[in-house]
Amino acid sequence: MSDASFLSLEKLTLAYGDTVAVKDLDLSIRKGELVAFLGPSGCGKTTTMRSIAGLLTPASGRISLDGVDITRVSANKRSVGLVFQSYALFPHLSVFENVAFGLRLKKMPVSDIETRVTAGLKSVGLSKFATRKPAELSGGQQQRVALARSMVMEPKVLLLDEPLSNLDARLRLEMRTELQRVQKETGVTMIFVTHDQGEALSLADRIVVMLNGAIEQIGTPEDIYNRPVSRFVADFVGFENIFAVEGGKLKAANGPIALSESLPPDTAGLAWRPRMVTLGSGPFQGTVRGASFSGSTREYLLDTPLGAIKAEEDAGLAAHQPGTELSFDLPVAKAARLERFG
Amino acid sequence: MTPRIFSPLVLLLVVAFLIGPFFIIVAASLSGGETLAFPPQGFSLKWVVKVFTVESFRESFAVSMFLAIGGTAMALVLGIPASYALSRYKLPFGETIRTIVSLPIIVPGIIVGLALLRYIVVPFGFNITLALFLAHTALVLPYAVRVVSASLNNLRSDIEEAAVLLGSSRAGAFFRVVMPNIRSGILAAFILGFVTSFNQVPVSLFLSGPGVRTLPIDMLSYMEITYDPSVAALSALLAFMSIGIVFLAERFLGFSRYV
Repeated sequence: MSDASFLSLEKLTLAYGDTVAVKDLDLSIRKGELVAFLGPSGCGKTTTMRSIAGLLTPASGRISLDGVDITRVSANKRSVGLVFQSYALFPHLSVFENVAFGLRLKKMPVSDIETRVTAGLKSVGLSKFATRKPAELSGGQQQRVALARSMVMEPKVLLLDEPLSNLDARLRLEMRTELQRVQKETGVTMIFVTHDQGEALSLADRIVVMLNGAIEQIGTPEDIYNRPVSRFVADFVGFENIFAVEGGKLKAANGPIALSESLPPDTAGLAWRPRMVTLGSGPFQGTVRGASFSGSTREYLLDTPLGAIKAEEDAGLAAHQPGTELSFDLPVAKAARLERFG
Repeated sequence: MTPRIFSPLVLLLVVAFLIGPFFIIVAASLSGGETLAFPPQGFSLKWVVKVFTVESFRESFAVSMFLAIGGTAMALVLGIPASYALSRYKLPFGETIRTIVSLPIIVPGIIVGLALLRYIVVPFGFNITLALFLAHTALVLPYAVRVVSASLNNLRSDIEEAAVLLGSSRAGAFFRVVMPNIRSGILAAFILGFVTSFNQVPVSLFLSGPGVRTLPIDMLSYMEITYDPSVAALSALLAFMSIGIVFLAERFLGFSRYV
């Protein structure tokens, strides 16, 4: 096993009955990495996570962890932890007993259990709540209990299902910091599933964007945010002006437009964020149809022969009134170059 | 009369109608007279005392207790896994199975009793105790499935997956995290089953034979021969027992949530 493939999925196909949820997925995850599975609901991200946990047996393909093929290893023998979206704490047990649950099953000496659980609760700041029942805690506290419960088992991989989505804005920031701290302190390999690009960008070392049961793109947050390779990813991370490219020409509503710069032959499309559009000068003409002010910027919707264009300018600049004719440019140098336009 | 006065009055009448017989029985059982009568003649505890001296009452009480406890326990042994399967898995014909399981509630007891006697007990030569035991198990099973299913449906199934990921086997997860969380539902099912079985008449009527009778059947036959207030005394004692059980269940379990 090389360090680069601590956890690897090979040609993994997952299905519920006859419905294929994930097809021929290949993925390698390094030890100690913090990876996000990002995608809309139904893209297969949760299914993939469940198969790593052993809660779903693959239809075909292979999963290996730390050099061992675990495809057929049952979920209770995998050393994989999972923090459920609903936390799944045991309602009849105290916080302490929830965290001790797995250690007791391991038949660890009682004094060791005590030490580990106490340390685990301390690390998530819940020492004072050891005797409470889960129902007596807030959602954020319950999640930290769930995190401690998984972490005291010292799993090789920790999976988290939508770890921030049930929390309010303030707790979200707290939990994000918490997860990064746990990851740094323990060096555990973490995978979390999310449909929120902001969550993935701010937390992950690497993002796996999924769509329709397949991987669309794998990359660092910067890669994903600045260099999406497909129309779906571009759209998902906020490129709102997306055009197909054919034969080196931009496919606009009014016909192909020749570009000033030549593009690599595999270019399937170009995409611009609203703030990449230059307003006030350029070869194209459009009419301002709508404008909205959002504090630091103003966003405009333009009717143009190319189609609708979304542009953004600093709020400090003079506002363009609806109905105004404007020239604009779509600078090719700034655009994200898409390799797939499916 | 305005509705303001009218509806409380109706309520009062309904309550009187429901509780009245109970008071009549209690009063009749404290009678000093020799026959079952209301209003009672004089006051005496002799009939209450007599209940405990009648040999056949003692025997049939033991039979009824055995059936109520054993039959309900058996119904739970069968009903808990059945409820689990019905609530956790998408079974083919799940709805049909649910309906079939609740049939003994829908079909009149007389028919169940007759059918059991005619087509099972007689042709297969079952002994009476076994036949009664099976009949009571079947009668209580619908209640067991219904009440236990209600508790299971309120319990998230991901706690079982959480237990498995912490090292538990599937079966271990059931006993460690499912059972403790449906404990009060199981107890509620047990109490409901116990009371249902204990008070059961029509099915037991067909299956009771010489020497083996449930208490209600024994009371019926006692009354055919001896028309004294001891039957009223026994009825009152049984009613107090049921009330006591249900009261405790409500107090400690919130019984009414399950029924």
